[in-house]
Amino acid sequence: MRKLTALILALMMVAGLAAVAQAADLSGQTYAIITKSAGNPYNEREASGFEEVIKAAGANVIVKHPAQITAEAQITLINELVAQKVTGIAVAGNDFDALETALKAAMAAGIKVVSLDSAVNPASRLTHINQAGVVEVAQALVDAAYDLMGGEGEWAILSATATASNQNAWIAAMQELLKDEKYAKLNLVEIAYGDDIYQTSVDETQALLQNYPNLKLINAPTTVGIAAASKVITDNELQGKVIVTGLGLPSEMAEFMGQGSVACPYMFLWNPIDVGRTAAYALLEMVNGELTGALGESFTAANGVTYIVTEAGDKGTEIIIGPPFEFNADNIEDWKTVY
Amino acid sequence: MQINRRRVKLTRDRVFSSRELSLLAILILIVAGIQLRNSTFLSSRSINDMLKNYSTTITLALGMMSVLLIGGIDISVSATLAFSGMSASLLMRDGVYSSTLVMFLVSTAIGTLCGLLVGLVISRGKVLPIIATLGFANIFRGATYIISDSRWVSAYQFDSAFKRFAQTRTLTFGLMNNLVFIALVCYLVFFVVMRWTRFGRRIYAVGSNPEAASISGININRVKLAVYTMAGSFAGLIGAMYTSLYASAQSDMGMGMEMDAIASCVLGGVSLSGGQGGVPGVLLGAMTMTVISKALPLIGISQFWQKAIKGIIILIAIIINVLAQRAIHRNAMRARERQI
Amino acid sequence: MTAHPDRSILAARNKSLKSVFMRWEFLLLGLFLAINIMNAVISPYYLNAGNLFTAINSFLVKGFIAMPMAYLLVLGDIDLSVGSTVALSATLLGVSYNAGVPMGLAILIALLCGTMCGLLNGLILTRFTELAPMIVTLGTMTLYRGISEMILGSQSTGSFHNVSWFYQIYYARLGPVPYLFFFFCLLALAFGFVLHKTIFGRQLFAIGSNRLTAKYSGVPVQRHRLICYTLMGLVCGMSGVFYSSWMGTVRFDIATGYELEAISVAVLGGISTSGGKGTFPGAIISIFIIGLLGYGLGLINVNSQTILMIIGLILIAVVMAPNLKTRRKPGIKTS
Repeated sequence: MRKLTALILALMMVAGLAAVAQAADLSGQTYAIITKSAGNPYNEREASGFEEVIKAAGANVIVKHPAQITAEAQITLINELVAQKVTGIAVAGNDFDALETALKAAMAAGIKVVSLDSAVNPASRLTHINQAGVVEVAQALVDAAYDLMGGEGEWAILSATATASNQNAWIAAMQELLKDEKYAKLNLVEIAYGDDIYQTSVDETQALLQNYPNLKLINAPTTVGIAAASKVITDNELQGKVIVTGLGLPSEMAEFMGQGSVACPYMFLWNPIDVGRTAAYALLEMVNGELTGALGESFTAANGVTYIVTEAGDKGTEIIIGPPFEFNADNIEDWKTVY
Repeated sequence: MQINRRRVKLTRDRVFSSRELSLLAILILIVAGIQLRNSTFLSSRSINDMLKNYSTTITLALGMMSVLLIGGIDISVSATLAFSGMSASLLMRDGVYSSTLVMFLVSTAIGTLCGLLVGLVISRGKVLPIIATLGFANIFRGATYIISDSRWVSAYQFDSAFKRFAQTRTLTFGLMNNLVFIALVCYLVFFVVMRWTRFGRRIYAVGSNPEAASISGININRVKLAVYTMAGSFAGLIGAMYTSLYASAQSDMGMGMEMDAIASCVLGGVSLSGGQGGVPGVLLGAMTMTVISKALPLIGISQFWQKAIKGIIILIAIIINVLAQRAIHRNAMRARERQI
Repeated sequence: MTAHPDRSILAARNKSLKSVFMRWEFLLLGLFLAINIMNAVISPYYLNAGNLFTAINSFLVKGFIAMPMAYLLVLGDIDLSVGSTVALSATLLGVSYNAGVPMGLAILIALLCGTMCGLLNGLILTRFTELAPMIVTLGTMTLYRGISEMILGSQSTGSFHNVSWFYQIYYARLGPVPYLFFFFCLLALAFGFVLHKTIFGRQLFAIGSNRLTAKYSGVPVQRHRLICYTLMGLVCGMSGVFYSSWMGTVRFDIATGYELEAISVAVLGGISTSGGKGTFPGAIISIFIIGLLGYGLGLINVNSQTILMIIGLILIAVVMAPNLKTRRKPGIKTS
């Protein structure tokens, strides 16, 4: 009998030790990030931030870029991750609803799921990591148009694909803001779609210039679009006559910004590396049991920043990283080598 | 008098076949229709922009044409374009060279090697062209992602002379845009080669009847190898044109361009079973595709409708062309009957 | 009298062709097994029936298209508009469902839409026989997707999963095996039987090997082509229904690139794009070879682009291997 008790005690100690060891050692855990597509520097930076935090925490990381910019390609990747029994998945959704069944299956298998950058619907995620509030981005873009155009004139938007959920949300919020008396003289003449393909974006920009000779500004809330529009303006030596602004990566836009007569006086973005990092912090907290993604929760991450879970426009929850950051002639040289 | 008229007709036939003439008429109709809707379409800036932006697709159609002429197909050209353009850009970024000429040569050389590989697999390995080039499309595209680490070569990383090259008219001392000039030279050279050299005649011979060509002493494998290598060289050249034009090298660049090139050729009267079609027809086909792509955003058609309209125009153009052909044949038959 | 040597040559050729094809399917089957063994070795997660069938189900949606594509290739025809037809059918299903049409009827509309798309391809190609199938279907590929884009624009249409039986079409399983898989097998058997065991099937081969000869020997060439294109459309409509059941939502850019995937599995399966040659089982095995290879590599987290490269390499290598062998053959004989 004593022997049995001793055996049980010993077993419990071993189990306890193992449990303690497990809590400190994350080497058995694997976290994965699924980006929107391969070959886009923005997505690369996002993944690199995610990778950095997860590796620092001592867990394994998987970075997956889908072969096509479609929900279908992402579902294939999610299924592969579920089969591998990963610990957590962060996904930048190519479709708001289409990933639902696959992500629900992942959550049912005990995997923590957050979306980042481009949200999936609330049923398919625990929370969403939002790079910047939709309204804040829209406000910054509309104010930039107002400021750069001197308060009046014709302007156009050059977006990504017609189905891009981020861009559509910003554009919808911008249209809402434009109803304000203050912007009454801003005449938004067209919303064009460059499909995030460089050649198409160039064509669309040239068509805008040709169709609207009085165009004063092109607002492109996408990396490919803003670079293509700036290129056309620069090639046609229209700097100052038609102004480009929007959201873009400093490395791609450095050519068209800076001192003197440039296509783009200033633009906005957030740090995509931070978006990836925050998703990683949130997943780690969730696996620790400190975070469920419910409204009102907060946590302080290893980088010292406190993140708060707030209500998102889609009735789910989200973590907003901060306001968009302005890049201009003074800081572009410093940022172009960062991302 | 009679002889004279026949000679005139013969020379006309040498440049434009009747099929090409009817396509020319269709093209003129489309251009006129667009011009009525938007009078800035035929402005010199608009035409210059159009030719400059599409000089890549227009030139790509030539390489595709030679492949289609021998009854093959090459789906890998746009991946070859991306791979060679990206490799040459990376070398420029890393400061291996800064000369525009060297960049163009390197890109063309890499494209040629890619084409040679495709050609070897098809001619020596006896793999069906569609499967070989589909496979190579995956391989070259994947390699592009890998060598570039999925990053772009951004505008500020290129040499400034290289970026200016696509926007200026230095080669012709101010006559036309450099890229348009390159495309034009390619077309002229190809026109001469296909029409008046032994190599050109061999391509047609292999395409129209491989067995007969083989019996008459043509080494079919060598012609195949040459043609696919040539398609690769064109793709490589266009890789350099593309990166210079957009001052940016991206791993997904040129995706889907092979379909535009095939459509240009077939619209221009190149038969997919080989042996039929000429350089002027391909030029017209490529111009039709270019005009459609460029003009639809210009005439205020909602972007969501453009694809459908493009599809309808392609279908109508090929069907009208067939109807015109049938009418011409019927007339010719009747004329012959009357002579008898 | 001269018929005798001719016949023996023909017979010999038939025999050698037959042995090549026997060997080809055998090779594919071997490859299929090898890939499964390799996957099981490289990933401990591979041999899990539930997950395996989740992966299989996801490539079956486009796998269906390979069946009528095989018919068209045997005819010497081709259809590049299939991906667009899938998108348009699914779009109409979504739009009519969200306009209040009962789901059953919406499915019929999708199937009808697919059939009409195929019929239009077939009508154009049989009325204007001088046109190449590639250019016509390249045109309709742009047209059909364009119509879908016209209807949906930047929106997606969905919430199909509110209808639980519709959800079950794709997801319902008998044990670990989805019903969709059984349906796929049944349809594959039917397609294979018709191609290899019926007069219709033999006539397709006859048309593919020589259209004129077939015509003069009384085969209704154009009618058969029309039937095959229409069938292709119908199957695309079906694929569109499965896609909608799978995703629960539809947008215009779905199913892009299905055409080349369907063509490549058919050709890997031994069906020549120049017509008249090929066997059906090879194409079906190839669907699983390519699909499972991708899944296995995905399980060890090989980059998607690298997976495409590997599939490309295998495509070329597999098709090239027997050719290199037959080239060496005469050398062996003389020695």
